[in-house]
Amino acid sequence: MDLINLAIRSIFVENMIFAYFLGMCSFLAVSKKVSTAIGLGAAVIFVLTITVPVNWLLQELVLKEGALSWASASLADVNLEFLQFIMFIAVIAAMVQLVEMIIEKFSPSLYGSLGIFLPLIAVNCAILGSSLFMVQRDYTLTEATVFGFGSGIGWMLAIVALAAIREKLKYSNVPDGLKGLGITMLITGLMGIAFKSFIGIAI
Amino acid sequence: MSTETLEQPIKKDSEALFSKRRKRIVSDPLNDDNPITVQVLGICSALAITIKMEPTLIMSIAVIFVIVFSNLIISLLRNLIPGRVRIIVQLAVVATLVTLVSEILKAYNYEMYKVLGAFVGLIITNCIVMGRLEAFAMGNKPYDSVLDGLGSGLGYSWIILAVAFFRELFGSGSLFDVKIYDWIASMTGFQLQTNGMMVDSIGAFMVLGIIIWVQRSKTGYVEH
Repeated sequence: MDLINLAIRSIFVENMIFAYFLGMCSFLAVSKKVSTAIGLGAAVIFVLTITVPVNWLLQELVLKEGALSWASASLADVNLEFLQFIMFIAVIAAMVQLVEMIIEKFSPSLYGSLGIFLPLIAVNCAILGSSLFMVQRDYTLTEATVFGFGSGIGWMLAIVALAAIREKLKYSNVPDGLKGLGITMLITGLMGIAFKSFIGIAI
Repeated sequence: MSTETLEQPIKKDSEALFSKRRKRIVSDPLNDDNPITVQVLGICSALAITIKMEPTLIMSIAVIFVIVFSNLIISLLRNLIPGRVRIIVQLAVVATLVTLVSEILKAYNYEMYKVLGAFVGLIITNCIVMGRLEAFAMGNKPYDSVLDGLGSGLGYSWIILAVAFFRELFGSGSLFDVKIYDWIASMTGFQLQTNGMMVDSIGAFMVLGIIIWVQRSKTGYVEH
């Protein structure tokens, strides 16, 4: 039950975009068409679901203070936490590379449609952000996996919704200065108000 | 007079330290080519930490530091980095600098470190940093790259400081934790109400949207 609760919280209430502004760059840049938004969203879910648990293992078994005691008793008081950023980003970059190669091998059609977005995911703040939040909040391995998956779903939901609105927006008469980024920010704000209504929901 | 003629031939080859071109490198990102409002980069952190002025100021300084030094380092190494692994090399350099900033902050201002939390680490994935490395530092001399980093950092800083100004003033009724609304109330006897929406993420989107609108109306930039 706690896991379902956590999933719902990470999808709706603590949505990566509307609550923490993570992954905004690609959220704004790749939300012009619904089809590409779905592709990028799926890739983000995939990478998040893998990298958050992997980074959890890294944190618990290598980086945390005393985490290396499984290797030898003399390493029990080693604290490598200052290496956290470099290790996490290295895992993410490697994972993205790996995912890219796997998709290219097994599903060339999906690879073709995702193409340029895959490498972009490495510098998507939502991915690194989830790993850092996971450490801050002391999740267990299962919770970390659910949290990664839920954050990915929430991110995809947001970008697909925005892309759908922007497709309709093409036919609207927007003031010159507000065209593009300006109106997109205002719409995102309004969508944020809608997502606020999920606050307080607990199962 | 004689000293001037002597100096002339020595200076002929090198460009002046603050030539017109170099001034433009610094001043362009402030307005016409602003990283946030025109290039749409680095929005993530721009919005998350702008509830109050003080963390925003710390964040600006951290970002300027990281951009300038990563630009310098990558520019010095630009002929040694193989094209295929350049993203990893860039990330490693940026991550090292961010770790440095985070450790310094932890040591000297632990309160602020708690407030900024994960967002210091997220400077690594700030698109402005990667964008400048990729677009400028990989192909330009170190000094120019430092100026370029400074310009982009300042362009980023003034926008997030502007957003933070409105969000803290309207959302908390204060600036740098000085209670402006209470002061007004004591002077005029009229208590202004703070707006809860401004403290929330929604306020950040709205304020930034309006700043972009005002700025683009002034510069005449239209996106198609």
